[in-house]
Amino acid sequence: MSSGKQLSGVGHTATTIRGWLYLLPALLFLAAFMIYPLIDVLIYSIEEGYNSASQTSFGIGLYNYRYVLRDPYFLKAVKNTFILVIITVPISTGLSLLVALGLNSIKKLKNMFQTIFFLPYVTNTLAVGLVFMILFRKTEYSDGLVNMILSLFGMTPIDFIDGPYWAKMMVLCIYVIWIVMPFKILILTSALASVPDVYYQAAKIDGTPSWRVFTKITLPMIAPMIVYLIITGFIGAFKAYSDAVAIFGVNLNVADMNTIVGYVYDMLYGDGGGYPSYASAAAIILFVIVLTITVINLVVSSQATDIT
Amino acid sequence: MEVKMEKITKIFPSRDKKDKAEVVAVNDFSFEVPDGSLVCLLGPSGCGKSTLLYMICGLETPTSGRINFGEQDVTDLPAEKRGVGLVFQNYALYPHLTVRQNIKFPLENLKGEERPTKEEMDKRALEAAKLVQIDGLMDRKPGQMSGGQQQRVAIARALVKMPKVLLMDEPLSNLDARLRLQTREEIRRIQRETGITTIFVTHDQEEAMSISDMIVVMKDGVLHQTGKPQEVYDNPVNLFVAKFLGTPAINVFEGKVKNENLYIGEEAVLEVKGVEDKDVWVGIRPEGFDPDENGRFTCKMQGIDVMGRDISVVCRNMASKEVIRAIVSAENDVKASSMEVKFNIKPHKTFLFDKTTEERIRF
Repeated sequence: MSSGKQLSGVGHTATTIRGWLYLLPALLFLAAFMIYPLIDVLIYSIEEGYNSASQTSFGIGLYNYRYVLRDPYFLKAVKNTFILVIITVPISTGLSLLVALGLNSIKKLKNMFQTIFFLPYVTNTLAVGLVFMILFRKTEYSDGLVNMILSLFGMTPIDFIDGPYWAKMMVLCIYVIWIVMPFKILILTSALASVPDVYYQAAKIDGTPSWRVFTKITLPMIAPMIVYLIITGFIGAFKAYSDAVAIFGVNLNVADMNTIVGYVYDMLYGDGGGYPSYASAAAIILFVIVLTITVINLVVSSQATDIT
Repeated sequence: MEVKMEKITKIFPSRDKKDKAEVVAVNDFSFEVPDGSLVCLLGPSGCGKSTLLYMICGLETPTSGRINFGEQDVTDLPAEKRGVGLVFQNYALYPHLTVRQNIKFPLENLKGEERPTKEEMDKRALEAAKLVQIDGLMDRKPGQMSGGQQQRVAIARALVKMPKVLLMDEPLSNLDARLRLQTREEIRRIQRETGITTIFVTHDQEEAMSISDMIVVMKDGVLHQTGKPQEVYDNPVNLFVAKFLGTPAINVFEGKVKNENLYIGEEAVLEVKGVEDKDVWVGIRPEGFDPDENGRFTCKMQGIDVMGRDISVVCRNMASKEVIRAIVSAENDVKASSMEVKFNIKPHKTFLFDKTTEERIRF
């Protein structure tokens, strides 16, 4: 930069071009791998009976959406996904906060516990699913560990993997919570550790009760991180698929445990596959749902955590 | 409320795994802060003054010794039961609360009969805010205020619950020079108006001297001297205290006492009655020099700093490693062009210290 004028000149041609040049590599990648596919999916979703082999379609319209929204499998998948989101996001965030608070208050063995709590994050999700299946499954030879514990309390064994809907949903929810907690604990532990000690000292001198310290100091201070976790939690849970596969196998429609992403996958590659138009329409519907929820989240949280 | 510290010792366990040596932050410290006075704990960083303050407010417990507030022994009392207000170095204002909410925070913690009504809380918060002159900014958040304003909020928050003792941990260190001068006057005024016993920690001797009723000079966890600022300045008990107080700093020379005469280099500069012959450190305050053509102390002239009313004669002498500063009235006819300058030494501005123990030798 040869002169100060160029630095301060907003909209100065040379500076502007230079700025765009810096952005170019990232923009190219975004355009090629994010924007183009998104537009493409949008186009597929309005092309009636699109055939990817012959690249032909019958016409343009909202037929695909009408079909998908009337498809009982899709409606089931939407219901499953929403139940999963509504149950797992608050519970996993709340539990993670409790664990993080506990971790933050102990001194001895803190590092060891932090490592233990983080282990599920580095474990393969399918392997965890297998373990869950073994724990919950009821076969002719064994009732499974969970059923054995339940029977100690005088309850009749339930087949959690191949039994009633609520039992399967419960296993799926526990699994998802288990899978997402390590990351949340990690984020919340570091958020808690980053609250300056001096605030707690000030609160101590003023005789602040511990519940008030938590609600008036700790919670507001880590609120931005909680908001981040809730938003990413919502997005992640809406896109759940591998979790269900890990426990119930690829035939999710048979198991009654399909999710929206699972439906999209089935439409593309599943037994009844080969319907990219329906898949695209379902994907766009999911996109709209996630976008709406995220915007609502951002609006609500920016009002709740307004620090300045 | 007077604050009495009796034989306070604080030992921190070693943090370094290889070096097991414990850290003695405060060593056998005894002192009594008189009721309603403003006392400064003064010392270089790491001297244990903040640790001492934290022990008075209850965030740290002494390894041994007792702390009394008036007749009450508070050594084992938790911080919240001591009735102290603490102003932190970086203010520790809650960033998500407004000024009003910050000031009211300590009141909202009170329970039972002590708890004032909502109106009473608002009234008291406003009174505290008026005292520190921030009552016009009650709905701002700390992030929207300057350092000086935040400082005032912190003081208001400490005062609102009417503490028995007000403690301040380097309250001015985050302010710029101008604001620092202003705020220290302000702290003095607030302390006078409320009459609350105040203990103030600082490493800035000028700050300590200008506002306190009494200063406590510490080094390495040990109390060196206490007294009114002027007394300590005029009568330091050892070389450390003499060096630590005063700007510009005291001039220190290697000297010798022979036949009741003080020698700096080859020159006998002063008669010192009743001092036995030995090597000494000689401390001469900058204002202890009297320029005189027939003076007994000769220095090499280096230059003159003009300060208006006074001038600062900068010169050198073989007996001092540092450059010498003599502050003399501008009416004196000292020329920067001359090669050397001669002084007479004022006896009451000159202190002798033992060469090894660095304790004061009186004459």
